[in-house]
Amino acid sequence: MGRLVEALRARFGAAITDAHDRLGDETIVVARESAPELFRFLRDDGEMACDFLTDLTAVDYLGKTPRFEVVCHLFSLSKRHRLRVKVPVPEDDCWAHSLTPLWKSANWLEREVFDMFGIRFEGHEDLRRILMYPEFEGHPLRKDYAYNRRQPLVPERDPVENPWPPRGLGAAR
Amino acid sequence: MTLAAQTPEARVADPIREVMELQMGPSHPASHGTIKFNLKLDGETIVDCDVEIGYLHRGFEKMCEQGTWTHVFPYTDRLNYASPLINNVGFALTAEKLAGIQAPERAQWIRMLTSEISRITDHLTCLGMAGMEVGAFTVGLYTNEAREYLYDLVETITGARLTVSYCRLGGVVNDLPAHFGEVLKDRFAKIRAVLADCDKLLTRNRIFVDRMSGIGRMSGETAISYGVTGPLLRATGVDYDVRRQSPYLFYDQVDFEVPLGTQGDNYDRFLVRFYEMEQSMRIAEQCLEKMPAGPVMISDSRFALPPKRDVYNSIEGLMNHFKIVMEGIRVPAGEVYQAVEGANGELGFYLVSDGSGRPYRVRVRPPCFFGMAALGDLLKGLMVADIITTFGMINMIGGECDR
Repeated sequence: MGRLVEALRARFGAAITDAHDRLGDETIVVARESAPELFRFLRDDGEMACDFLTDLTAVDYLGKTPRFEVVCHLFSLSKRHRLRVKVPVPEDDCWAHSLTPLWKSANWLEREVFDMFGIRFEGHEDLRRILMYPEFEGHPLRKDYAYNRRQPLVPERDPVENPWPPRGLGAAR
Repeated sequence: MTLAAQTPEARVADPIREVMELQMGPSHPASHGTIKFNLKLDGETIVDCDVEIGYLHRGFEKMCEQGTWTHVFPYTDRLNYASPLINNVGFALTAEKLAGIQAPERAQWIRMLTSEISRITDHLTCLGMAGMEVGAFTVGLYTNEAREYLYDLVETITGARLTVSYCRLGGVVNDLPAHFGEVLKDRFAKIRAVLADCDKLLTRNRIFVDRMSGIGRMSGETAISYGVTGPLLRATGVDYDVRRQSPYLFYDQVDFEVPLGTQGDNYDRFLVRFYEMEQSMRIAEQCLEKMPAGPVMISDSRFALPPKRDVYNSIEGLMNHFKIVMEGIRVPAGEVYQAVEGANGELGFYLVSDGSGRPYRVRVRPPCFFGMAALGDLLKGLMVADIITTFGMINMIGGECDR
């Protein structure tokens, strides 16, 4: 098992429910409750020093429990290592902790995951759709969203009555 | 003062301090790409900017999950359409890592060579348009001319100028055409001449420097926090290039420099891209020298289509052909992330396979998405006219950002 995984296992113990380093990608699966503490450690610890949140996405394992997995890829510029952290998210309690207090890149990435998978991020101040339009129904990257499903055209928005973005949002950043 | 706090009476009472809302886009003639800026302006100064993307969302990731692994390649052409070959290479490398195969050595050198050609076309597009947008129309035409030399070259290799679909799992579609080396040298000489002209026209041009220098400044820490990579990050002085820091293909065997900026402003972004083109040409020339002869596709019948001679004349060839075309290449179950240095930064693919012939999940990390996320903050305090130059230097490519 990889060096990073060993170090994290020693520190976080049972919070890390699974780990592997197949194909050279060091990967840990962490319980949702422990995720904020772990991510803060990964960013601030001198040995981990993961200053980049390279990517944040999700995978829908329809039919398995928990159904979703939020997948984060971290990179340390000074230490030159990469780490993948996965956080399982159940379907009926579909949320994860937001990483926006730690990395600014989490803002748009989490908005995209919310848009595409419908996973809410607790602590995100501006969680709204980013690629789809606000009237869009459903979350297109879920496996039970048919790829050829069509949605009706939306009526034209009145920019005064119904502005987008909603007033006050966007300024909060 | 936020707009929400203002009553209509207050606006009338104090017209000087009124904050004006302006929606710029989604089809603005000065912004290449469909994007909307929801601006809040105090006079011409930007108080707040909400960047709205998604106008070119075509469901790239969803559609990739519907077809076979090979079906993904044409989709990747349409991610960053200014440098399609890099996307092809990125996806091929990631899928090959998951499948546990490696392309023949010659194919890998060809992939490097074509990636660098694509990087030059991307930078030429970005810089030419940047010049054009601030009034240097000549530069736009010159870079288009230089880009055309390379598109012609790409056409001789792949058969298409933009929608190349050149890579496959286990190699590339066909070998370089005859006399390619001589043509490449000739084209590079022409491009170097064009770049020398552009250098004279822009780099110390008073108007250009005034519009670019000191505008849209970003610190290294902010850039890292936003996940910004590529020329944008290197302009701040942070030395991060995927080709150097986690080398793929044979980038550790060629000699090249990574240009770095100091200020992190638009002018440095321009210069970093400008000098990268020369380095890309150096890499391409070294590729040509070091490239061995040999096959450009692996011969493993689980991954490579058999030659047509076998398909028509042997039952085994026909079966292999049928299995690959109808069921798709079987990639072992698992997950993988692999990054390549795209023209705009780290282009990463995260793939999940369930062991069938179709990808279970295809996620692309689009480099300019992160630059766009930072754009709103970059623009605060600037003038409306600075949007054009700053946005131009982020080099948002709609197909990649919105997927």
